[in-house]
Amino acid sequence: MTPVVPDPVLSVANLRVSFGQTEAVRGVTLAVARGETHCLVGESGCGKSVTALSVMNLLPRGIARTADHLRFQGQDLLGMSERQTARLRGDKMAMIFQEPMTSLNPAYTIGSQMSEVFERHRGATRRQAMDRAAELLARVGITAPGMRLGQYPHQLSGGLRQRVMIAMALMCDPELLIADEPTTALDVTVQAQILRLLQKLQQELGLALLLITHDLGVVARMAQRVSVMYAGEVIETGTVAEVFAAPTHPYTRGLLDCIPVPGMTRTGEPLGNIPGVVPRIPLGFIGCGFRDRCTLAMPECAQTVPLRNAGGDHFYLCRLPPDWKRAAAA
Amino acid sequence: MTHAIEVRNVYREFQQRSAMAGLRHKVRAVDGVTFSLPAGDVLGVVGESGCGKSTLARLIMGLLPPTSGEVLVDGRSLSGMDRRERARMIQPVFQDPYSSLNPRQCIRDIVGLPLAAQGDQPKARQADRVMEVLARVGISSEMAERMPGQLSGGQRQRVAIARALVLHPRIVVCDEPTSALDVSVQAQILNLLAELRRELGLTYLFISHNLAVVEHIATEVAVMYLGRIVEQAPVQELFRTPTHPYTKALLASVLTPDPALGIPDVGLGDAYPDPTNIPPGCRFHPRCPSALAKCATTMPDNIRKDGRLVECLLAVPA
Amino acid sequence: MSAIVIVQSRPARRWLPAFRHLATMLGAVIIGAAVLVAIFAPYLTPHDPFAQDLNQRLIPPVWMEGSQPTHLLGTDQIGRDYLSRLIYGTRISMLIGVLTVITSGVIGITLGIIGGFYGGRTDDVVMFLITCRLSIPLILVALTVVALVGSSLAVVILTLGLLLWDRFAVVARTTAMQVRNLDYIAAAQAAGASRLHILLREVLPNIANHLVVVATLEMALAILLEAALSFLGLGVPPPLPSWGLMIAEAKEYMFFSPWVIITPGVALFVLVLGINLLGDGLRDLLGADMRR
Repeated sequence: MTPVVPDPVLSVANLRVSFGQTEAVRGVTLAVARGETHCLVGESGCGKSVTALSVMNLLPRGIARTADHLRFQGQDLLGMSERQTARLRGDKMAMIFQEPMTSLNPAYTIGSQMSEVFERHRGATRRQAMDRAAELLARVGITAPGMRLGQYPHQLSGGLRQRVMIAMALMCDPELLIADEPTTALDVTVQAQILRLLQKLQQELGLALLLITHDLGVVARMAQRVSVMYAGEVIETGTVAEVFAAPTHPYTRGLLDCIPVPGMTRTGEPLGNIPGVVPRIPLGFIGCGFRDRCTLAMPECAQTVPLRNAGGDHFYLCRLPPDWKRAAAA
Repeated sequence: MTHAIEVRNVYREFQQRSAMAGLRHKVRAVDGVTFSLPAGDVLGVVGESGCGKSTLARLIMGLLPPTSGEVLVDGRSLSGMDRRERARMIQPVFQDPYSSLNPRQCIRDIVGLPLAAQGDQPKARQADRVMEVLARVGISSEMAERMPGQLSGGQRQRVAIARALVLHPRIVVCDEPTSALDVSVQAQILNLLAELRRELGLTYLFISHNLAVVEHIATEVAVMYLGRIVEQAPVQELFRTPTHPYTKALLASVLTPDPALGIPDVGLGDAYPDPTNIPPGCRFHPRCPSALAKCATTMPDNIRKDGRLVECLLAVPA
Repeated sequence: MSAIVIVQSRPARRWLPAFRHLATMLGAVIIGAAVLVAIFAPYLTPHDPFAQDLNQRLIPPVWMEGSQPTHLLGTDQIGRDYLSRLIYGTRISMLIGVLTVITSGVIGITLGIIGGFYGGRTDDVVMFLITCRLSIPLILVALTVVALVGSSLAVVILTLGLLLWDRFAVVARTTAMQVRNLDYIAAAQAAGASRLHILLREVLPNIANHLVVVATLEMALAILLEAALSFLGLGVPPPLPSWGLMIAEAKEYMFFSPWVIITPGVALFVLVLGINLLGDGLRDLLGADMRR
């Protein structure tokens, strides 16, 4: 009873990750197809970054991930050794992070960092790697790529650094790109440019893009599919068209109400808001993680929550029926 | 009429020492800003990195002296006030709730600091006032004994607001007060700020990079770029009919949650704003999609009309 | 919303925290014992540490042949009970350690905070003073001072206190520089707080962690330096039972009666080890927030 994606590049089923006494990820299921952008959206503490790190096997030592399956192009990732995963990372599976200043080593030039990836995974020579790096820098819209190769990260602006990160991720022609809040630290005008670039590259290269963000606007404009996370679970998922046309889970609705939209809000009217704070889920927690903040919570919400279908590929995790908003308004 | 805040031709320079060759860059963080804000209004200041809005905030709060120009609060020069008087007039709410509260002090002491610094009220009165203002922002008396590390981001920001209000100031300078908060908490804080303003008759200087948030709370908006105000207008007018190409680009970049619209091409090109290297002529011309040849050489004038201001060679006065 | 920091640690590191914990406990026990011994010295000593008895010279300690039960650690070259001298020596070492750290701490922290917080010219002056101080050779100064004023416990404490403040100053300066840009400092200024309040109540408590660690290290250093100075005759004057002096006096008998050198040497080693272990542990416990 979850969306069926034919021949996915990445397939995650029932991923669970715990940090000590806290459950960070509680049964996340999602799939990303070739040439598709799947957005994982949620606020801080919902577990979206941990999910991404779990896929790439970059969790801190001692933190275990379990899942029904975790597959990349049909290959099982869970059973792979660290060596095998390391071969995939940077090559077929690439990741870019939020803070380009800390993702790029300030002590090395752009060129040497980029070529290192290619030399390592493809056994290429320096010359070949540098040529490829220059080609990719041009691809991501950086002028004078030859000169940039010799520069250090601190000589570039935030937007340029993020473009370099994208270029570096593309060095080995990945099939899957995971982007963890890639534009959150950037100015809004630069954000638009970077997102356009990602979209263009994805179309040209047929990349599968798992985009993690807290910004519902980014989700709406970029993605084909969306999974909304709260307290470690995917509480609503479906195609972007479906979910934004009919947001069903109370959290998703609440989140959309909170966002001021230029031209739509009237000064003086309060913004919708969700009272309370994001909870920390202890081990063995049962029931809906949102119940303490939900205005429609009932005693039943303390038991296992059913996964319901709101039509087509649109699923959500709540005991309320799909048309509860209409019923409530009546 | 005495305005709550009057900023007259304020400049602020910084000397940046380059570590390598001892070269000194002069950074003009604020490069000639003039505006006045009537009491009870909210001026939203928007702009991106390098525009100088945070420096402007500190200048208006009196935390930095201007290199030249003056700041008047309630008609009186800020530089002439002593620290206690200034504290009674104008207070800040900062962006990062994790660094705006002293991690080694309990909430009660943090909020009580402005009162203690005034030193003219008995301790009991001070304590009462602290509890009163904490209750108003939704912080229980039990929480007042805790340390900041035990509170969430939203709760800390409420504490910061309480601290700002404890002396009954006229003006509150909000420097990106919701940017570091989750969306659901952001809405709570914005609603609180709006309520407090109506209730207490406050004047806000509201700095943000988030245009949607500014539209929600401001009465007037000023757009800053590389140290200058390039456009200023009443809020509805700015959003409905933006004039300056930078304002248009900013508005176009806001991604509303509308799946049908895709990602806009804002047309700004590759150049990025560098305050150490301000372009000649119109400072926006390297990125401007509508730039003419003369924009590279001629500084645009300040065109004021109908309560609006715009600094662009393309905006021809009627 | 900050990105998650990835910590990749090798499996061996898992036992390190437990070991560190043990080490810190050991350090705390040693220091605690030293403090108690120093305070209760008169009640603990079996004999008067200054009483000479030339009939009882160089008696070996209990674990060697020819020892006497009344002198557990033997006697030195003029018959003074070694255990008593060692115990009183603890007093001297602890006194030196604590008083020197207080003196140098006050000087160094004041300079460091003022330079780090205000920056600009003030900071240039502070840096200049620190550089000057680092250029001064300690032994030469001690020599000069002793030549001018004579040697005594007070002189040693003052000399070391006035010369060992540089690390305090550097750490206080660096941490104050980091703290001054934080918003709560600006908020305190906007609240109308006085400069003194800001330095003492806003800045100092937030850099105290790092300064405590420096204090333990400087204490160890002070104790070792005093031993070195006393060994050279520039420190505490005889007949005071400074461990360094005991080592100096025992030089000639080193090969025939090795315990006269080994005993104070071991005591010195154990005390300094204890201080360093405690300092390391404190750094782990308190200093972790530096890494944010």
